[in-house]
Amino acid sequence: MANKLISEIPLPKSIANVFSARNVSTAKDALSLTEFELMELLDVGLTEVRSALLQISEIVAPPYQTALSLMEQRFQNEHLGGHFPTGLKGLDAALCGGIPFGVLTELVGPAGIGKTQFCLKLSLLASLPTNYGGLDGRVIYIDVESKFSSRRLLEIGLRSFPEIFQMKEMAQEMAGRILVLRPTSLAEFTQSLEQIKVSLLQNQVKMLVIDSMAALVSGEHEQGARRQQTLSWHISFIKSLAEFSRIPVVVTNQVRSRNHDDASRYCFQVQSRDGAIETPMQYDSHLVAALGIQWAHAVTTRLVLEAKSGERFIKVAKSPISPPLAFPFHITSSGISLLSDDGKEVMGPEINAIHYQGHNEIINFGMEGLH
Amino acid sequence: MEIWRLPISASQRGKLISAGYTSLSSLSSISSSDLARELKVSESEAMNILKVASHSRGSETSNASCSIVEGAQSAWDMLHDEESLMHITTSSADLDNILGGGIHCKEVTEIGGVPGIGKTQLGIQVAVNVQIPNDFGGLGGKAIYIDTEGSFMVERAFQIAEACIEDMSEYNRFLRKDFQECKIKMLPQDILENIFYFRICSYTEQIALINYLDKFLSEHKDVKVIVVDSVTFHFRQDFDDMALRTRVLSGMALKLMNLAKRFSLAVVLLNQVTTKHTEASFQLALALGDSWSHTCTNRIVLYWNGNERYAYIDKSPSLRSASAAYSVTARGIRNSSSSCKRIKMM
Repeated sequence: MANKLISEIPLPKSIANVFSARNVSTAKDALSLTEFELMELLDVGLTEVRSALLQISEIVAPPYQTALSLMEQRFQNEHLGGHFPTGLKGLDAALCGGIPFGVLTELVGPAGIGKTQFCLKLSLLASLPTNYGGLDGRVIYIDVESKFSSRRLLEIGLRSFPEIFQMKEMAQEMAGRILVLRPTSLAEFTQSLEQIKVSLLQNQVKMLVIDSMAALVSGEHEQGARRQQTLSWHISFIKSLAEFSRIPVVVTNQVRSRNHDDASRYCFQVQSRDGAIETPMQYDSHLVAALGIQWAHAVTTRLVLEAKSGERFIKVAKSPISPPLAFPFHITSSGISLLSDDGKEVMGPEINAIHYQGHNEIINFGMEGLH
Repeated sequence: MEIWRLPISASQRGKLISAGYTSLSSLSSISSSDLARELKVSESEAMNILKVASHSRGSETSNASCSIVEGAQSAWDMLHDEESLMHITTSSADLDNILGGGIHCKEVTEIGGVPGIGKTQLGIQVAVNVQIPNDFGGLGGKAIYIDTEGSFMVERAFQIAEACIEDMSEYNRFLRKDFQECKIKMLPQDILENIFYFRICSYTEQIALINYLDKFLSEHKDVKVIVVDSVTFHFRQDFDDMALRTRVLSGMALKLMNLAKRFSLAVVLLNQVTTKHTEASFQLALALGDSWSHTCTNRIVLYWNGNERYAYIDKSPSLRSASAAYSVTARGIRNSSSSCKRIKMM
């Protein structure tokens, strides 16, 4: 809509000619300037500029929907009202059905905690027919760090849904629905994204997994603010892709250690010394999610995977619908599963903290079953 | 007011100046045909210029107290307007207290905070609470929800609407004191029907929509709140020219303020945070820059203090700087449940 040509908008002939003479060809060009700038540029009076802008705005502005019709539309047309069940009952209940369609869901956690395992399970689930709880469609899996293991995928399938995967043709059909891309650079990733957007709907793609987003960006040379800018186009693009295709998009993220550049207070907080309670979490965990605060705003649901006193937890750190709950989980040969469906409610900003304690024992324990 | 300030095209202005008309008074006594001859323009164009000039000079008004300055309103008259100002409750009494009753109508309020603090929750709560009927102290109006990030979840809006209706029934029962089960006739679906949802995918659409709202609001006069969630997202990317971004943003803010005043509604803008380097340390600050921070009338920052969510009035022309605790529950925004809650005066 933003790139709508002015020539296609029914404006009075005189002003339409002036627009094209001054090279203001798209709605975006016209709306990016203030009224006075347009007056100067086009050499027309204020009333004409205003009425032209109003006409352009009316065409470019998106149509409205009442929230009620939105809800009815979602429940009629989409699987479970726009949610993809993960198979983890407690998590699905908290998320009101599962991973939401049309928005970004992030999995963040330290290395080896189980993010890729979770992604493999989700990809498998999405490829299954609907009577098994799947989305009956293709999955695009963008594997940046070459962690995708089809052997592991089929093992998960065999243990979780033996009735399907024991038959070779069915296993082939399901595994055939998962398309793995391995971009070696951010530029290649950008290209694949653009291609994906074009072919999404035709090819029955029902889920997009990006594993991992942080690895893509860390390969580039820019630091700090420049890196944020590089990323912001991608954030915007992936969100719009998710939005218009109404599919769940799962993105994994890494952690990095907190450095002194990480701000956590506002200027008015620093001033008042009396009564301000020190946040205990600052001294507890030295890990934060990578990709910065802009990314943290852009994701709709953030699931933090961490290890604390030898146990692993999956926490719902950010969600428009779920309270801040932590579920203990473990990794078995049939993928990831919850040890308890009753989440423990976590108070305060602790839900965002990422712990990494007692991890070494876990790696040795978990890996036995995998090889 | 000099000629160069008139809202006419550059070439007309140039012709006026080269013909010797540099001030408005010089245009007061000339007829349109003479002007047309002098400027070598058509008579209709000359009439237009004279009309614009006389309008800017100030015409006679009916209100005696405004005869000194065109368009002014005396402070005494404004006091009456301010006292009858409507508020939208946030469902948290502590928060309403520091806000002077709730979110003010006829004003633009900016609310910002870190991800997960509850901005969208507060936005949805306000969109539901504006519909509380007059009998219960609400505005009985409708809401516009402009979603730029896709964070609006219908199921959550349904939950909050349901809880609001239950609270109203409870209040009703308490008022009547006859302990009868008096249900409100409102259903959560009715509340959802009165929320007009727009999904914005680029900053061009955002600007276009705000331009279009004028017409939309004339057709839907019962809208009493506009929530933009978030105003930041599309302006944080795509803009290489920061000066242009500042100009576009301030133009947008002015239009919103205009809408707020003309249609007597509340505008709530949700903002994100960024890190700012000040005095050798990094601090959190609301996004969109320093120029933007001047444009909104009221500014509320939501932040974590220990394990509690707090709201702090960062900027307001009439409210004192204070902070209050609130919580996000399954029923929506409510008072904080901790026993040591107290309103901190800064």
